[in-house]
Amino acid sequence: MTTKDKGPSPSRRQFLTGAAAVGAGAMAAGASRAAGPDPLITEVQEWASGMGAGVDATPYGLPIEFEGDVVRRNVEWLTADTISSINFTPIHALDGTITPQGCAFERHHSGAISLRKEDYRLMINGLVDQELVFTYADLERFPRENRVYFCECAANSGMEWAGAQLNGAQFTHGMIHNMEYSGVPLRTLLNEAGVKPEGKWVYVEGADASSNGRSIPLEKALDDVLVAFKANGEALRMEHGYPVRLVVPGWEGNMWVKWLRRIEVTDAAVESREETSKYTDTLADGTSRKWTWEMDAKSVITSPSPQAPITHGPGPLVITGLAWSGRGAITGVDVSVDGGKNWQKARLAAPGQDKALTRFYLDTVWTGEEMFLQSRARDETGYVQPTKNQLREVRGLNSIYHNNGIQTWWVNADGEAENVEIS
Amino acid sequence: MSKFPNQLALVSLVGVSAIALAVGMSERAAHKAAEAAHEAALHAEATAKSAVPHEPAAAEVADAAPAEEAPAEEVAEAPAPDAPAEPVAVAVVDGATDKLDGQGDTDAMTGEDTAAAQGKFGLGRAALPEEVAAWNLDIMPDGTGLPDGEGDVWTGEEVFADNCAVCHGDFAEGVDNWPKLAGGMDTLDREDPLKTVGSYWPYLSTAFDYVRRSMPFGAAQTMSDDDVYAMVAYILYSNDLVDDDFVLSKETFLEVEMPNADGFIVDDRAETELGLFSAEPCMENCKESVEITMRAAVLDVTPEDAGVPAGTAEAEPVQVAAAAEPAATPEAEAAPAAEEVAAAPAAAADTPDPELVAAGEKVFKKCQACHQVGEGAVNKVGPTLNGIVGRAAGAGEGFKYSKVMAGAGADGLVWTDETLTEYLTNPKAYLKGNRMSFAGLKKAEDTAAVIAYLKAHP
Repeated sequence: MTTKDKGPSPSRRQFLTGAAAVGAGAMAAGASRAAGPDPLITEVQEWASGMGAGVDATPYGLPIEFEGDVVRRNVEWLTADTISSINFTPIHALDGTITPQGCAFERHHSGAISLRKEDYRLMINGLVDQELVFTYADLERFPRENRVYFCECAANSGMEWAGAQLNGAQFTHGMIHNMEYSGVPLRTLLNEAGVKPEGKWVYVEGADASSNGRSIPLEKALDDVLVAFKANGEALRMEHGYPVRLVVPGWEGNMWVKWLRRIEVTDAAVESREETSKYTDTLADGTSRKWTWEMDAKSVITSPSPQAPITHGPGPLVITGLAWSGRGAITGVDVSVDGGKNWQKARLAAPGQDKALTRFYLDTVWTGEEMFLQSRARDETGYVQPTKNQLREVRGLNSIYHNNGIQTWWVNADGEAENVEIS
Repeated sequence: MSKFPNQLALVSLVGVSAIALAVGMSERAAHKAAEAAHEAALHAEATAKSAVPHEPAAAEVADAAPAEEAPAEEVAEAPAPDAPAEPVAVAVVDGATDKLDGQGDTDAMTGEDTAAAQGKFGLGRAALPEEVAAWNLDIMPDGTGLPDGEGDVWTGEEVFADNCAVCHGDFAEGVDNWPKLAGGMDTLDREDPLKTVGSYWPYLSTAFDYVRRSMPFGAAQTMSDDDVYAMVAYILYSNDLVDDDFVLSKETFLEVEMPNADGFIVDDRAETELGLFSAEPCMENCKESVEITMRAAVLDVTPEDAGVPAGTAEAEPVQVAAAAEPAATPEAEAAPAAEEVAAAPAAAADTPDPELVAAGEKVFKKCQACHQVGEGAVNKVGPTLNGIVGRAAGAGEGFKYSKVMAGAGADGLVWTDETLTEYLTNPKAYLKGNRMSFAGLKKAEDTAAVIAYLKAHP
């Protein structure tokens, strides 16, 4: 991948530039001087003397108490009720690319249901040679695959269409998670039932009371869609559709039907509630786009950000964030610290993967001056993440969904960051 | 990075023998192929012995999708198992890389797959007609799938008042943040368009389908088809789309014109955006100046507990954070403390059986769509239920009760084990005209449990 800054020379140059601005004195020593001995080092600490917790203290481990604020959060005024609502992944506090299930955002239309594997049934009906019913145990006997994919709600950043609104990467970009799924390709199950030639679509439906259902073109269904039952190596969480959910790589999260109970092969789209009255994008002239399934390439700086301010003062600074595209792999991310006047190529932690999150870093030196941080993703199709204003010129302000515009964080001299829009 | 493993397992569709062709195939891939062969063998056995409902394969596969014939031909052409098989594998990989081209993809995809591509596994069982009928409820835009039955506007108004008005308003105008179902005509091109069944929904089938399968919220699939027809007729009437003598049925369904039926276009980003947003981006001196045009902090709508570390940008952040801790925690600590205090009197007064309380907590899930209990509970669609046992009916603070509920309280109705049991068993019959749209708890033990749970929240 393009990691021009990887070598030592550019970063050293930046380092020195930064140092000059701050005052070369501090930098010359290489490290600052302590006023006195640190008692954490000179005194024997309780944990270095006594005993810690035994095995089995927590048969299923949770994050240590000090990480108690790395949690999903809800924005109460968004919806009428938490039963039919959404919360946000704390992306500002995570690193790497895999989202732990316990803090991966949730979106329910009628609450998260608890459905036992024993009570689980999956039906394939409609334009097939043989309508079938599978149990959970049946699904486990088909050859399965392991794939990492991001799942992004179409409404991620939707509150920002009319301007900067929520102050935190968690709230502006947290309707996303990225997990390794284990499951059976949908095409395997469709092949088992035998799709008739007139079958052009599949309608997929969940078992909860919302009966969320979406129509997916057969071509996609036969491509990379998975019927998944494990995520990050363990069973799906209740809130993510235990025991079985659909994984529709690169396409909006609403199609990733949870508690998947039925797959109907049809000759046309059903035009269900979630693909007509919702998840359609209204343009300035009042017409609305439907079937806007693919998630456009997008990125966000997760730190520094409003919930992850710079607390260490001037000097070396790691700027990091996430990039993704529903059309394939991320090939590059550019970062600007001056609001888009100049851009530098960020370092990708690993080569971009198909329809999965990519972590990027810009290892830099902060002068202590205000910054306007932006990131800009590019995917393998050549698509470059647009500015919010570029999007608005095409779509107007009422689209709600699919806002992939470039995000700006204004970092002040104290290191605090704020969600702003700039000229 | 290709997501197509460089491997190919070809399983004979007729017999149980399998050939694994490996082109640069890893051990694992070979193992996978062997497994696939094993599966196919098992399957063939199963088909021979038992009445597996669907035929194992070749004919059907060929029938279903002509594209899938290719792999079968490849089987026929394939040389001996240990001979090089490059032509076959290359063909498959080629096809796979070009997967956006339509039908050919399917071919490539299945060709790349393991045994499932050509053979079936014989897993699952045939769906029975009753089972399909029970779940296959979706309605197509042309009305395919509509059940028998009918309903008129006036019946619909009653059904709506009983089941929907608490959230959607008496005139479908929406209460609080709940969806408005009527109005909003000609607002779609304005700021903040109002999207309702009348102003936005392109198909009537969607409204019927959704109401029938998912409403009322918290009691989905409890209404008769006639009531659904009536309710949808009322929603249409609220939107001025039908007259007050309209009767909705399978027959009249297609007479209704939805105002925004032509208001949708299929995703056109490929034409309108992809080219525009694929230009080589500017890297240096891209603009003259940068001015702030809008700030989130000014709007101030971000949740307060957003996890921003205390002592941001201070010289010694660690110590500051530590010092700030006592100041920051009272709220957090107050909560458990308050709970303990609250639990104490309950224990003294009428100790509910902890197991029954736990069972009641589960039953209470049925109530959660509208009611909250416990610390921080607030009135929602229904009143908060803290302290409901022993309290007069219709006396919850700050909640607007129906006339009958408030009246019953004024007349001396107090919620006790007995009165609550009766009410929860059949809310509509117990107090005619009250607003709680809940069908009632069928099992006596559920009622007892939920009352115990409520007692635990005095």
